[in-house]
Amino acid sequence: MILLKARAFIAVTIIQVIVLAGLVTWSAGIAKTRNAKEIPQKRKLVQRLELTDLAIWTEARYTRHPSQADFFAPFQDGPSSLEHFPAGSVVAAPDHLRVAAADR
Amino acid sequence: MCRLKILDYAISSLWRRRFKNLSIIAVFTIMIAVLASILVLTHSLRMEAKKILLDAPDVVVQRLSAGRHDLISESLIDTIREIPGVGEVSPRYWGYYFDALTGGNYTLIGLEGGGSSGLSMLEGELPSAVACCAIGSGVASARQLEIGDELVLIDSRNIGVTFDVVGIFVSESDILTNDLVVFGNDDLIEFFGLPDGLATDISVQVYNEKEVPIVAAKIKRSFPETRPITRSEIIRTYDAVFSWRSGMLLTMFFAALLAFCILAWDKATGISAEEKREIGILKAIGWGTGDILELKFWEGIVISVTSLLLGLILAFLHVFVFDASLFAAVVNGWSVLFPKFRVTPDVDLYQIFVLASLTVVPYVASTIFPSWKAAIADPEEVMRT
Repeated sequence: MILLKARAFIAVTIIQVIVLAGLVTWSAGIAKTRNAKEIPQKRKLVQRLELTDLAIWTEARYTRHPSQADFFAPFQDGPSSLEHFPAGSVVAAPDHLRVAAADR
Repeated sequence: MCRLKILDYAISSLWRRRFKNLSIIAVFTIMIAVLASILVLTHSLRMEAKKILLDAPDVVVQRLSAGRHDLISESLIDTIREIPGVGEVSPRYWGYYFDALTGGNYTLIGLEGGGSSGLSMLEGELPSAVACCAIGSGVASARQLEIGDELVLIDSRNIGVTFDVVGIFVSESDILTNDLVVFGNDDLIEFFGLPDGLATDISVQVYNEKEVPIVAAKIKRSFPETRPITRSEIIRTYDAVFSWRSGMLLTMFFAALLAFCILAWDKATGISAEEKREIGILKAIGWGTGDILELKFWEGIVISVTSLLLGLILAFLHVFVFDASLFAAVVNGWSVLFPKFRVTPDVDLYQIFVLASLTVVPYVASTIFPSWKAAIADPEEVMRT
C-alpha cells in the first residue's frame, strides 16, 4: 500500500466535509420547519401581545427592552457611573451615539 | 501522482513533529470554533429577531420626562388618531416586577380582551376574567406553577394579590415570553396603581408602511415631549445588539483572532534549525525550490484545512445542538430568568468563506514564507547553520 498517509488525509478530509455538509443540511431542515411553523406563531404572539423586544436579558430595564430604553440608559442610575450590568457589555451602543461620535 | 507523493511526504514530515503539530491543530481548531460559534450564533439570532419582530407595533409613542421614560396621557390618542393614514391607536399598560422570592425580574403586560386566544404557543388561554393571568415558562418554572395554580404577587400598596394561572406559554416561545406575566388591563392598572388616564405608552397602527416615518415625525411635532419609536428602529436595535461587531462578542472575537495572529506570526518569523536542515538536505538530494515550497504549502494546508473543518463542525454542534451553552455564562449576565438560546439555524455562507480565507490563507502563507527564505539559500550553508 503506497502513499498511505496522503490517502488517509484525503479520506479524513472527505469525512469531515461530509459531516459538515450533513450538519449544514440538518440545520437547514430544522430552519425550514421552524420558519414554516414556529416563526408565524411567534409573529402572532408579537402581534397579539404588542411585544417590542426579545425576553433575553431581564436584569435591567434597558437590557430587557433595548429598543425602548432611554437615550442614556446605562447611566440612568447615576450620571457618572460606569455600566455595571454584565449584559450591558454585550449590547452595543445605539446607532445615534456612534454616528454622533463619528461626526465629532 | 507527484503531487500526492509530496503530500505524503508532507504528512510524514508533520508526523515527525507530531506533538507540536497536533498542539497547533488543537489550538487552531478551538480558535476557529469560537470565531465560527460567534458568527453563526449572532447571525441566527439577528435573523430570528428580524423575522419575529415584523409584527411589532408600527409606532410606539413614549413620553419622556426629564430625559426618562414616563407615563403618557391617554388624551393624546384622539389627536394621534386624526393624523391621516393612522389606523388603530391604543394605550399599552406594562411594567416590571421584582420577585423577591426568586430574585427574578418579570415583565407584566396588560391585555384588552383575553379568552381563547388562537395562539398555538399558549397552553390554556389568555386572561379574560378578573384576577387571572397567563405566564411565561420561565416564570412557571421559577415559581413551580401549572395551569390552575395561583400566582401571588405583591402590588404597589404592598398587599399580596392572588391571580389564577389560566395559561402558560410553551418553552418554544421563551425568547419572547420567558419572563412575561399577562393580565387583563384593569388588573394591571390596579396592581401597579397607575393613575387614571395614564398609560405606559401608546401603540399606533399605520396603514401604509412607507408613511410610518412621516406619522412618527408628525407625532413628535405635535407632542414634543414624546418619543415615537418605529418598528424599523426596533429591528435595527436588534441588528446592532446581535452584530458580531458589538460589545462582549467583539471582545471574544478579537481575542480569538489575536490568538491566531500570534500563532501565524510565530510561524512566519522563523523555522526551527531542524526544519532548515531538512530543507538543506532536500535541496542537496535534488529537490528544487518549487518542490520545497509545494511541500510547505501542503504542510500548511493539512494543518489549516483540518483545523478549519473540525472548528466548523464543533461550532455547529455547539450552537445548534448544545444551544451555545458555553457562551451562556458570558451572555446571560445577572439575569435570573434567562431563556435557552434555542436559535433557528441561519447560516451565512459568506461569513464562513470569509472565516476560511482569514484563517487558511494567512496560515499557509506564514508556513511558506520562512521556508522560501531557507529554500533559496545555499544548501550547504543551510545545513551547517
